[in-house]
Amino acid sequence: MAIGLAHYLTVAAILFTLGFFGIFLNRKNVIIMLMSIELMLLAVSINFVAFSVFLSDLVGQVFAMFVLTVAAAEAAIGLAILVIYFRNRGTIAVEDINMMKG
Amino acid sequence: MFYVFAALAVAAGVLVVGSRNPVHSVLFLILAFFNAAGLFVLMGAEFLAMILVIVYVGAVAVLFLFVVMMLNIDFADLRSGFVRYLPVGALVGLILLAELILDIGSWVVGPGMPGVRAPSASGGLALTNTRALGDILYTRYLFAFQAAGLILLVAMIGAIVLTLRRRSDVRRQSIAAQLARGRAETVEVVKVPVGSGAG
Repeated sequence: MAIGLAHYLTVAAILFTLGFFGIFLNRKNVIIMLMSIELMLLAVSINFVAFSVFLSDLVGQVFAMFVLTVAAAEAAIGLAILVIYFRNRGTIAVEDINMMKG
Repeated sequence: MFYVFAALAVAAGVLVVGSRNPVHSVLFLILAFFNAAGLFVLMGAEFLAMILVIVYVGAVAVLFLFVVMMLNIDFADLRSGFVRYLPVGALVGLILLAELILDIGSWVVGPGMPGVRAPSASGGLALTNTRALGDILYTRYLFAFQAAGLILLVAMIGAIVLTLRRRSDVRRQSIAAQLARGRAETVEVVKVPVGSGAG
């Protein structure tokens, strides 16, 4: 069986679901949640590249590059917020982040 | 070859989510990125594969590793709700996966699709992936490219501003204050009468 578009899409779907599952499973650990978001973005860019290659349209790869950019920016900002939160409160448990709860 | 990369990527993804130690999670994330880069190479997108290795493995994953190791956190405590969230997470995840697989199974390229595709800047010459990508990125998508650079700049400045702190318990040199000192405030001429000096 030749490797077609559906194979790549299936891998991307599984990776996306794993990222989603990780956010559900590690509801207390912000670091693992950020890593799960990275996994989901990776799955999205696999989808973009797969469609780009199999439709022979380069725009998908350009867009995958922008997805990569946004993922890097998001990781930097998210980890910076995490570091100052830990410095102020001494914990990163999600359920303790409720200071703005009215 | 595809199956090796795909299976390793999926297994690494499982271990990212499920491993007990966050350091191992980051290392498995790196493995997943490497295998995704392998998939990109198999598809013929070499430039993006290299970018993936450089950006994700070289920058993002190392950033994660730094933060995980810098923060001194009791991670065992953070995993206490793991089993409680497992059933609902598995349920929602399986539903999502089933929907995606069903979608992929019944998907076909629309009949008008090849017509709406943007022509590549080189007019269909046999180019390397990197060359073709550069041709289209620096002409048709120049402004989007600049905007991406702006996003990175804002993220960099934001991360620096967020994590910069003025520590009050550290004595630091104030060069401006040192240079602004004049003779009047530093030197005092005292006329001491004879016989009443220190001693």
